[in-house]
Amino acid sequence: MQTLDMAEVTLREVNSKLQAQKASTNQQTWEIVNPRGSHAIACGLDGPIEVTVLGSTGYYCGGMNKDATVHIMGSAGPGVAENMMSGKVVIEGDASQYAGATGNGGLLVIKGNASSRCGISMKGIDIVVHGNIGHMSAFMAQSGNLVVLGNAGDALGDSLYEARLFVRGEVKSLGADCIEKEMRPEHLAILADLLSQADADARPEEFRRYGSARQLYNFNIDNASAY
Amino acid sequence: MSDNPVDVPRTAPQKSATFSDAINAEIRRAAATGIYDIRGGGAKRKVPHFDDLLFLGASMSRYPLEGYREKCETKVVLGTRHAKKPIELDIPITIAGMSFGALSGPAKEALGRGATAAGTSTTTGDGGMTEEERGHSDKLVYQYLPSRYGMNPDDLRRADAIEIVVGQGAKPGGGGMLLGQKITDRVAEMRNLPKGIDQRSACRHPDWTGPDDLEIKILELREITNWEKPIYIKVGGARPYFDTTLAIKAGADVVVLDGMQGGTAATQDVFIEHVGQPTLACIRPAVQALQDLGMHREVQLVVSGGIRTGADVAKALALGADAVAIGTAALIALGDNNPRWEAEYNELGTTAGAYDDWHEGRDPAGITTQDPDLMARLDPVSAGRCLSNYLKVMTLEAQTIARACGKNHVHNLEPEDLCALTVEAAAMSGVPLAGTDWVPGRERY
Repeated sequence: MQTLDMAEVTLREVNSKLQAQKASTNQQTWEIVNPRGSHAIACGLDGPIEVTVLGSTGYYCGGMNKDATVHIMGSAGPGVAENMMSGKVVIEGDASQYAGATGNGGLLVIKGNASSRCGISMKGIDIVVHGNIGHMSAFMAQSGNLVVLGNAGDALGDSLYEARLFVRGEVKSLGADCIEKEMRPEHLAILADLLSQADADARPEEFRRYGSARQLYNFNIDNASAY
Repeated sequence: MSDNPVDVPRTAPQKSATFSDAINAEIRRAAATGIYDIRGGGAKRKVPHFDDLLFLGASMSRYPLEGYREKCETKVVLGTRHAKKPIELDIPITIAGMSFGALSGPAKEALGRGATAAGTSTTTGDGGMTEEERGHSDKLVYQYLPSRYGMNPDDLRRADAIEIVVGQGAKPGGGGMLLGQKITDRVAEMRNLPKGIDQRSACRHPDWTGPDDLEIKILELREITNWEKPIYIKVGGARPYFDTTLAIKAGADVVVLDGMQGGTAATQDVFIEHVGQPTLACIRPAVQALQDLGMHREVQLVVSGGIRTGADVAKALALGADAVAIGTAALIALGDNNPRWEAEYNELGTTAGAYDDWHEGRDPAGITTQDPDLMARLDPVSAGRCLSNYLKVMTLEAQTIARACGKNHVHNLEPEDLCALTVEAAAMSGVPLAGTDWVPGRERY
């Protein structure tokens, strides 16, 4: 294992080392100590490496990740794993706003709670939150799966497109054009797989599914009150 | 007095200036359809513009330079503040961001070909980066937009610069809408949305709010791209002094400032015509912000919105810009609104020069469309050549003016080379009214 101590090396050096590791690297396991809440740690990774951050991170940790696995042992600041393409980001603690924003792929696991706008504009990423999520989560979410073992805040899934939302607890309110939908066998299968990948202790049957009513997909003046 | 009522003089019918034919037609249209007017392009209303400024030229106090003989440089370097690899342009005119989706693939290719031949850059738009434009653009600026359609780290790294779009002149504070009829399979796939639905582009970025967050977002983008790429921040002409100040504070290498005449692919007409400031009014406050922070020329200023001629270019540079960007003018150079398609414009209920339903995808010129038959009308090679010709003409015009003012680089043009024809233009541009030394607005009332 390679260790990068952010009390000793700069953010640029840390990210340069990690970004230089491509698919053929032999240095697959990395540890970052003393992250001290720095922003943009382990962003733009582009290879199948495993990075463990021993502490909490600032904004945009794991941003635009490809292939790598980033494990944050503390909590994560805003925009963790934003625009992730593939790979996996796991947060042992809580995540701040915009977790997984605009993510295109990969898996984001938040073992604590996530704040507002979790999964905003998600485009294919899978997100599993063991705790609760804040208001306006999955706003304009395009595709992918958001799984919440706890409760969801106000305006869940407002103006969403084709993303699937699964919530085990209570939903404070649904956003515009978001409705509860039938849970079919294929959804249970998706859930079972994601729960397993996220080490989540829950059964698919305990969840409800929410998705787009598709009433706002094309502009209609009679829907003006919803805009 | 005649008894015949026909012979009695009558009050002439007089239409209301307030309720004009155009206004009344719009009222009737809104009443019939229940939807506001959406269109492309920028503000059509008449506002103070570069036409209201004149160059003084050289005479007794200044030497002119000899045309065709004495060199007048036009090179521009963008991104010198932080980027390891600044962009070098041969001319001070760039191509503004326009999306694949709004424009056809051949149109994007033509923009790339024309810009490259003229030694300048082109810019992606709200739809991701296409091979047409990357392959044919020697220098390509990759827009980072609220929707993040098609955003990915590989394209970020193969861009030559990154432009974070906070706003645009046609609609400061507004998002976008690409209507379903333009969402073909390819457009849908690039944007990760179902075919045929209206695609909304958000008005705010999803993962940052305000200039403090933006500073951290820029840090992330620089880290992902090894601090190589110049980072532009594009703002609409809203509060140019403060917007420029905050963009510099957030870490921008380049500020792109787009006035209300700047075009859009599709926005509400009410937004285009009633929100934002004219380009002319935006430049001096932005330059003042740069100067107040000691950043003029270190952070470059690119001005757009209604640039049409080399005179406009020279005037924008004289007011303090480092370069300009063109969008609408570039489309016209490619063939947009060309009278050769007049019969088809008439069938669409409009006329050449007025066609602005770019969002409907029925462009007879084959530019703002995804219809395969219409797209095929635009030959990207010859259209690219037209754009290159036009860019070179504008550059020659700007050089002609600069030489007449005694400048050996277009960047040496200065406000002192200008006067204004109207009180309004004098106040907005901060140069004296012609024939006076009066700059309205300098003194507080």
